[in-house]
Amino acid sequence: MAEREAVEMAEYKWPEPGQRRLIGKRVSRVDGPDKVSGRAKYTYDVNRPGMLAGKILHCPHARARIVRLDTSAAEKMPGVKAVLPLKKVGDEILWAGDEVVAVAAVDEPTAEDAIRAIVVEYEKLPHFVLDTDPKAAGERARPTAEQIEGDPDAAFREAEVVAEGLYGMSVITHCCLEPHGAVVEWEGENSVLVHISTQAVSGIAGQMAGPLGVPAGNIRVKQEHIGGGFGSKFGPDSWGIAAARLSKMAGGRPVKIMLERDAELMVAGARPSYYGRVRVGAKRDGTLIAWESETWGTGGIPPTSPLPLPYVLRIPNQRKRHIAIATNSGPARAWRAPLHPQACLLTMAAIDDLAAALRMDPLDLLLKNIELAGERADVYREELQIAAELMEWKKRWHPRGDPSPGPIKRGLGVSIHTWPGRGHACRCDLTIHPDGSVEVKLASQDLGTGTRTAIAIVVADTLGLPLEAVRVRIGDNQYPPAGGSGGSTTIGGVSSAARRAALNALDQFFARVAPLLNAAPDQLEAWDGRIRVKGDPSRSIAWEQACARLDGMPLTVRGENPGPGELTTAGAAGVQMADVSVDIETGIVRINKMVAVQDCGLIINMKAAESQCYGAMIMGISYALYEEKIMDPVTGRMLNPNMEFYKLAGLADIGELVVHMMTGEKYDRRGVIGLGEPPVVSPGAAISNAVANAIGVRVPFLPLTPERVLEALKKGGSHARV
Amino acid sequence: MEKQPSKPGSLSRRDFLKVSGITLTVPLVVGPRVLKVAGAEVKVFGPGKVPMTFTINGKTYRAELEPRVTLLDALRNEFDLTGAKRVCDRGTCGACTVLLDGKPVYACSVLAIEAQGRAITTVEGLMQDGKLHPIQQAFVENDALQCGFCTPGFVVACKALLDRIPNPTPEDLVAGLGGNLCRCGTYVGIRAAIAQAARMQRGG
Ligand code: FES
Ligand code: FES
Repeated sequence: MAEREAVEMAEYKWPEPGQRRLIGKRVSRVDGPDKVSGRAKYTYDVNRPGMLAGKILHCPHARARIVRLDTSAAEKMPGVKAVLPLKKVGDEILWAGDEVVAVAAVDEPTAEDAIRAIVVEYEKLPHFVLDTDPKAAGERARPTAEQIEGDPDAAFREAEVVAEGLYGMSVITHCCLEPHGAVVEWEGENSVLVHISTQAVSGIAGQMAGPLGVPAGNIRVKQEHIGGGFGSKFGPDSWGIAAARLSKMAGGRPVKIMLERDAELMVAGARPSYYGRVRVGAKRDGTLIAWESETWGTGGIPPTSPLPLPYVLRIPNQRKRHIAIATNSGPARAWRAPLHPQACLLTMAAIDDLAAALRMDPLDLLLKNIELAGERADVYREELQIAAELMEWKKRWHPRGDPSPGPIKRGLGVSIHTWPGRGHACRCDLTIHPDGSVEVKLASQDLGTGTRTAIAIVVADTLGLPLEAVRVRIGDNQYPPAGGSGGSTTIGGVSSAARRAALNALDQFFARVAPLLNAAPDQLEAWDGRIRVKGDPSRSIAWEQACARLDGMPLTVRGENPGPGELTTAGAAGVQMADVSVDIETGIVRINKMVAVQDCGLIINMKAAESQCYGAMIMGISYALYEEKIMDPVTGRMLNPNMEFYKLAGLADIGELVVHMMTGEKYDRRGVIGLGEPPVVSPGAAISNAVANAIGVRVPFLPLTPERVLEALKKGGSHARV
Repeated sequence: MEKQPSKPGSLSRRDFLKVSGITLTVPLVVGPRVLKVAGAEVKVFGPGKVPMTFTINGKTYRAELEPRVTLLDALRNEFDLTGAKRVCDRGTCGACTVLLDGKPVYACSVLAIEAQGRAITTVEGLMQDGKLHPIQQAFVENDALQCGFCTPGFVVACKALLDRIPNPTPEDLVAGLGGNLCRCGTYVGIRAAIAQAARMQRGG
């Protein structure tokens, strides 16, 4: 192994602006051509020789006990290779859609027939699936301890204006377009090959080892591409383990189980609902002094934890209570910026209502109190000003309630958000081959965020090579381990590890090449495909020629995060504004325009960073206006586990979107900060505020469906009171 | 089985006799039965496997499939043409979009047996001589993709749209691509990509 520790000389910093050829530029993603041509293979696309189709029988009841389970007819069917009960007689089912039996057969139609031939009898038990009223939840509602800071009672007495409101958002699902699933095969007694749709390539083997009874080192995990995750794909899940067991039963033949769309929406991903009554108090000049909230919500089982309230702005004097409700509606999973969109809505909507009560522009109210945002107050102030210009806020804002005639009312809303996003633990190996080609290996995954491209950019820029010279290999747990892609930790982790690896490689390389150029190693730099003496470009050698000095052996070095130097920090800040039209006759809300102004430290790929923001705004429009996991209290089942009635925003629904990324010395200095979560936090609040501004009343809950808008208009809404 | 009828429901009695003649000489292959429905003879296939022949991206493909198998599953599972994706499996999301005689269809909502004798174009068929189609190139350049799972469906739907309307208005875009959904939120890039591809097709 030509692997060596870093030479201590290396200075682990990002290059200065003038030395960046690729970092921060608009680079097309390296896997784009594979994705647009259909060549990119996702887990769902893996076809292995002799592969069997796996299917799962899901329980139709929200809560039940299994009293009879007969799989004999399925077992006898021709073409059925394995039948695996996942529950036994006596087991209690806690949500509709839970997995009861898995089968593997020669093809999908046969597997479906086998599922239909299984007989299960259930004793139905009382269920509960409603989340909007904690009183109705009885003993399923568990209050957590009250949190108090300062003296909220005195502060509310002192407050000259108090706004009070009810706000909340429904359970929504992840609805990854590639469903959860895996293709698993036994390659002999004791070793398993797993293709799986996952956000955590390095983490899967460890989670499968116990249930399968094989050492984690014998479990090979692969994933070329993944069709969405959004926080829902970190484990092998019961269906991944079932695929492995079925394969073993079928003599090692590969078994593919991909969830059908209904199961995907019922059990494979849900963001918890949160609702809350909020009071917020201020001085007549808008100074925020008091906060009180009582919140509740659920994602099913297990129940939810309290929200980070008030959000971003640390209002002095607070009292917070939270009630966790357990319902028979499936398991909750982390959904892009867990807890933040909910906390953001509850806070920003309450502040917006307070602004209305104060007869103040909410933008001014935010600016007045922005010091409460703490260390990033200046960033927010700058961003609010830029967003206001891009939205022409001052010209177009009007007090609550669009006075213009006609049924179409227009309004503006604003919100601010944050997210830590510090780079995760990550290792990568970088190999320079004697022919000059460069290979980077790490067990990360590209969720669609552009991870592959970011790694290639960092390495190519550091080595002074074109992007095409670097081959990035990810998605295989035989490569050095990298953290799971959650919490916006990937870009910081992989880019820092890649930068360190490339700098380490250069150190070793310079030591070998220096004598050729009659220079000391620390006088050299890599630039434009050559190694040259700093300040004397006439003394240089082409990259390939330099590589020929490797004595025919590839040079492999390791880069690691965390490691020396401050390449990544935490804490992104962002601002969003929405401009909406509401038809008060039909209740339909349309997005005219949204503006996002976002900071994420040093930007590696401007094109991908902007895409992240556009995508987040669109996902935000989607959950603000359309998405809802609708549960039927009578049957306890989800009423819309499909894509006709579980509605995602389409091309027609998004309006004009404007993204402005904060750049410059001040931001670069902070190093790389993750961007996946932050821009998805504010849309719900900004859109809700814009709707209130348009129609003069608050629509308390998201999604802002026509029905809810009309109801709020009829009741006069739950709006601010002085 | 070379002479499958070009359109479903257009079988003549002669076609049927030819087909069933083959069935008699090849007893293992289950041929169609004929039922009289409202005075007309209707061919009934299955429930077992039936031999089928397809023309996909200009090439001939053969398989034995149950009549209930969709075109999407046949493409993906029998011929390893996995560009078209299965997402909703019921004609809502567009991820499975392919061209049938040049028209965009949801491959999850067409039975394989019905697609015989028609020109099937999948996303894999759009590249020419190893070069991306201008629409594909425009998708890459405008970052009209993130995870990429919806992308092949969008690319094919865009191709169909630009073939029909070389210079689409925003309303045409909504009509032409309204049947395709993306969870990652790439619509801004897709709008830009279509505009670029349209410009390029006009020779701009
Ligand atoms: S999979 Fe065919 S339209 Fe969704
Ligand atoms: S790019 Fe991920 S679903 Fe469209």
